Amino acid sequence: MSVGTTKGRDFHRLTPAWNIAFHSVAFIFAFLCVFPFLFVTIISFTDETTLARNGYQLFPEKWSFEAYSYLFKAGDQLLRSYGVTIAVTIIGTIIGVACTALFAYAISRHSFKYRNFFAFFAFFTMLFNGGLVPSYIVVTQLLGLKDSIWALILPLAVNAFYIMILRTFFSTMVPDAIIESGKIDGAGEFGIFFKLVLPLSLPGLATIGLFSTLGYWNDWFNALLYINDPNLVPLQSMLMRIENSMQFIMQNSQSISAGVLQSMPQDTSRMAMVVLATGPIVFAYPFFQRYFIQGLTVGAVKE
Amino acid sequence: MGALGRFFKDIGKNKAMLAMVLPATLWFIFFSYLPMAGMVVAFKEYRYSRDGFLASIIESKWVGLQNFKFLFSTNDAYIITRNTVLYNIFFIVLGLVIAVAMAIMLAEIANKRLAKVYQTGMFLPYFLSWVIVGYFVYSFLSMDKGVVNQIFGWFGIDPLNWYSNPTYWPIIIVVVFLWKSVGYNSVIYLAAIMGIDKSLYEAAMIDGANKWQQIRNITIPMLTPLITILTLLAIGKIFYADFGLFYQVPRDSGTLYSVTNVIDTYVYRGLKSTGEIGMSTAAGLYQSLIGFILVITSNGIVRKFNKDNALF
Repeated sequence: MSVGTTKGRDFHRLTPAWNIAFHSVAFIFAFLCVFPFLFVTIISFTDETTLARNGYQLFPEKWSFEAYSYLFKAGDQLLRSYGVTIAVTIIGTIIGVACTALFAYAISRHSFKYRNFFAFFAFFTMLFNGGLVPSYIVVTQLLGLKDSIWALILPLAVNAFYIMILRTFFSTMVPDAIIESGKIDGAGEFGIFFKLVLPLSLPGLATIGLFSTLGYWNDWFNALLYINDPNLVPLQSMLMRIENSMQFIMQNSQSISAGVLQSMPQDTSRMAMVVLATGPIVFAYPFFQRYFIQGLTVGAVKE
Repeated sequence: MGALGRFFKDIGKNKAMLAMVLPATLWFIFFSYLPMAGMVVAFKEYRYSRDGFLASIIESKWVGLQNFKFLFSTNDAYIITRNTVLYNIFFIVLGLVIAVAMAIMLAEIANKRLAKVYQTGMFLPYFLSWVIVGYFVYSFLSMDKGVVNQIFGWFGIDPLNWYSNPTYWPIIIVVVFLWKSVGYNSVIYLAAIMGIDKSLYEAAMIDGANKWQQIRNITIPMLTPLITILTLLAIGKIFYADFGLFYQVPRDSGTLYSVTNVIDTYVYRGLKSTGEIGMSTAAGLYQSLIGFILVITSNGIVRKFNKDNALF
């Protein structure tokens, strides 16, 4: 740093020692956050017998693609679970965002006479809830959703917190003048919402949509409660079921014989499945990060 | 009938808006308000009836507070409450301090591009499910293959069967929680720091304030409202535990229950494994009720001091 420059910025700087300290702490923590994923990836590429002898190692003696080639050969269940997760994520996100956006928009409009009632109706669910057992009874007995794909979709579809985020978004980002101009042009409320408000609100909807997508992709709890049918087991839930043995993935596979099962590289294929289930998120999230940050910060600020 | 007429006229005038709130309202009725009503099960001896939901609830026998009596007569109520609250206190305090410190560091790092890279790395655990985190932890703590026991081997320490030894789990749970949540929270605080008016710092510099004085007298006071709101939310949730953390990470290991059983896992096990529906609901009601009182109280306290920092 040259001594001659006396711009404000230079005063703003840390001393070099502190700068190094901050960099190291931040770097080490960031590395520790990413490391387990890298480690599991390495394990999944380890040779099964090497692993059995040496344990999980950062630098395995022998590498192998065996786990992956096995999964692709015997991967009926993996494919099915992928299918369930993708279907649930897409359908759920669409339903969830639609319900959330409509509700949030209505309670953001001053012309809606019952806005306070409905805002409270949603908000109260953030303060108090019926708990697991009554919800379970409603879903299984009243709605009869046990072993139905809707048991994976509906419980996560709406949530009051997203409604609050979107309401704040609508009331700060969509100027009243636009809505008024729509009215003058003779558009109905739905016309205004779809033609004028939605195009302006895409960043807000994207935020909610991504939160929702992540929630569905990572959900295992609803499957744990409601799903027994192997055809409806989503990825995360499948990973739970193979924790102690690969039996689950085998008993539902028609394409492999008993002999093949015996030689399955159990430990490494389990980790390979972890990698395959997490991979899409790990590679996609840096690109969507800013929408998440936007949602988190809007959510932290009340109207 | 003027009032009724006016009511119908209002409905007519607001029918488009009412149609918009309808889908989510139905959702709230089925997934929030009906379960709230379903809490009466806590005062009943629940019997499943073939005639459906309503019949099951109505035909079950009233038992008054018996479920609660059973719940609180065992040691379980004490253990799950203690675990839930103590863990949460550690989560709140340590999480707050570390996340704010991390956010300040990231904000002060001059190389913005590197700061962004660090931030992206720290944010990763937020995107992973507890199932995945459970596998990560297992790769370190597995009895025969785990990294920790290998390292122990280098120093001649006997391998430890982590999943059946409760001694270290309080620390493991706290570390795993912080690992998953600090990045996410520091992102929130960092965004707030970025939003602080730069002229405040310039004025401070003109007055000769050094970096530390700036952090102490500008950054932290400006973060206080956000810290208050987030801590308040956390205190309101002090009776709630993250089910995944306490179920997936210890791999549902029975020998660890003394230090990993929290209200949420207790309720789940009551429902799915032991079948004590009434007592399980009672524990859930206990959780919801105390949680509700806590949110209202802590919000009221904050409101008294500074209305703008309150939630509602």
